[in-house]
Amino acid sequence: MGFEKFGRKSFTGITKTAKFVDLLTEGKIEGTVCKQCGAKFFPPRADCASCFSKDMDWFEVPKKGKLETFTIAYYAPFGFEKDCPYTMGVVDFSGLKLFARLAKDLKPEDVKVGMDVTVNPLQYEDGQMSFEIAKA
Amino acid sequence: MAKDVAVIGVGQSSFVRGYEGSIRELAFEAFREAMQDAGITQKDVGASVFCSAPEYDKQRSPAGVLAEYLGLIPQPTFYIETVCSSSSSGVKVGYSMIKAGLHDIVVVLGFQKMSEITSAESQERMGRGADIQWEAPFGTMMPAYYALYAQAYMAKNGLTHEDLMNVRIKSGTYGQINERAVYRKGVKAADFDASNPDARMAGAVAWPLRVGDACANADGSSCVILANAEKAKAFSKKPVWILGIGAASEAVNMAARPDFAKGLSVGYGAANEAYKMAGITSKDVKVAEVHDCFTIAEIMAYEGLGFAPMGEGKQLIREKATYKEGKIPVNVDGGLLSKGHPIGATGGSQIRTIVLQLRGEAGPMQVPGDPDIGLVHNVGGVGLYGNVTIFGR
Ligand SMILES: [Zn+2]
Repeated sequence: MGFEKFGRKSFTGITKTAKFVDLLTEGKIEGTVCKQCGAKFFPPRADCASCFSKDMDWFEVPKKGKLETFTIAYYAPFGFEKDCPYTMGVVDFSGLKLFARLAKDLKPEDVKVGMDVTVNPLQYEDGQMSFEIAKA
Repeated sequence: MAKDVAVIGVGQSSFVRGYEGSIRELAFEAFREAMQDAGITQKDVGASVFCSAPEYDKQRSPAGVLAEYLGLIPQPTFYIETVCSSSSSGVKVGYSMIKAGLHDIVVVLGFQKMSEITSAESQERMGRGADIQWEAPFGTMMPAYYALYAQAYMAKNGLTHEDLMNVRIKSGTYGQINERAVYRKGVKAADFDASNPDARMAGAVAWPLRVGDACANADGSSCVILANAEKAKAFSKKPVWILGIGAASEAVNMAARPDFAKGLSVGYGAANEAYKMAGITSKDVKVAEVHDCFTIAEIMAYEGLGFAPMGEGKQLIREKATYKEGKIPVNVDGGLLSKGHPIGATGGSQIRTIVLQLRGEAGPMQVPGDPDIGLVHNVGGVGLYGNVTIFGR
């Protein structure tokens, strides 16, 4: 339980990585790192595909990254219509990557491929927890 | 290059909006044409493979239901799904069963009746063909995913909106002459001009992609009949052989994707495998069908298949090299953009086009010069699955 609180609208209720949402409420955006072999995962995984271990720790994602790409959605899937338009993108923290929406206060014309960005936790007015990409 | 498995029959329904019939009747349209093309009856068929994206079907486990309606029981029947590449995956399964000696003739039937749900529901369901745990909660959808590739690709490689528009204009050229296409109108630059009040294609969907950059949903079915060498020679005057068959997969999450400016990795992976198996290179391909679910996808496919160097796909559209008379004709049946994209039926429809081209039976769409080698590139999801299949006479 607990993962239904993730994102604007969650499609998953139960996952072994649900602690991710608790960490968001504490203001932390964390991935998992394998205690056996050190492999790092974002989004977090409960199982290490490199060494088959299920012994995982949490680590905070880096603060500084570059926006690798983005899109502005002018048309939304069922259940997301009220948010339109919204921008989504991929951040590259030198190898580790993250997909999320961009902060609402970032104007579309100011968003550029390659710009310096950071990521922040986000709580929606209905209590849903997420994270967003913001200008560095 | 081994000639062990051939296509001996192809069929396709018209691709339409709102098919007036049920899925079994839709499936029968492609089946009838393919069986008559092959000149066989149901007793000649050893097994059947049905392919669709199940989120559109109210019918659970459609293979058994369709096998009965097509008269293909009591033979074994299977159901295969890789979203938009389901029916080319079905062909790989059929090919494998024949190569293994399990069956002499296999029917591969792809179908999709998309019109039973609304466009917004459809976008949500297709979006859930991506990562529902970590991405769908942000409100993702297929156009947005392809737009991520388009944005990075355009920034790095100098591809313009005009280039994307010209891909759509090319598909419109052939959609007009393909009587099975859902979109039969030609496309003009004025259709993309935002200052033109009648512009049908200028509205932004997921920037940088616009309405005209996206393929149309459609209802449709396709059928490919595969046979071993002995049966192919017995039944078919013009067997078209599967010379190479490649497939690949990629991480579902965008956070695990390599360089967005380099296109879909499954395109390269599947193409390399298929070329190697066929013992040919991209230069030997005379006509191709590529997965143009969005205009950007066609440009990326040019590079994945080796028709253009990395980052130079735009040159092919600028030089009109992928038109029917060009050096490498691509999607001269209108592609997914104009012919339409009934998810599960698409791969089989692409294969039908190439088979007709290699038999010299493509009518007004026939590529000149008696093409002897053709290629089909079919992608599932946002480059989640990729199949490349090479055909020859
Ligand atoms: Zn490990």
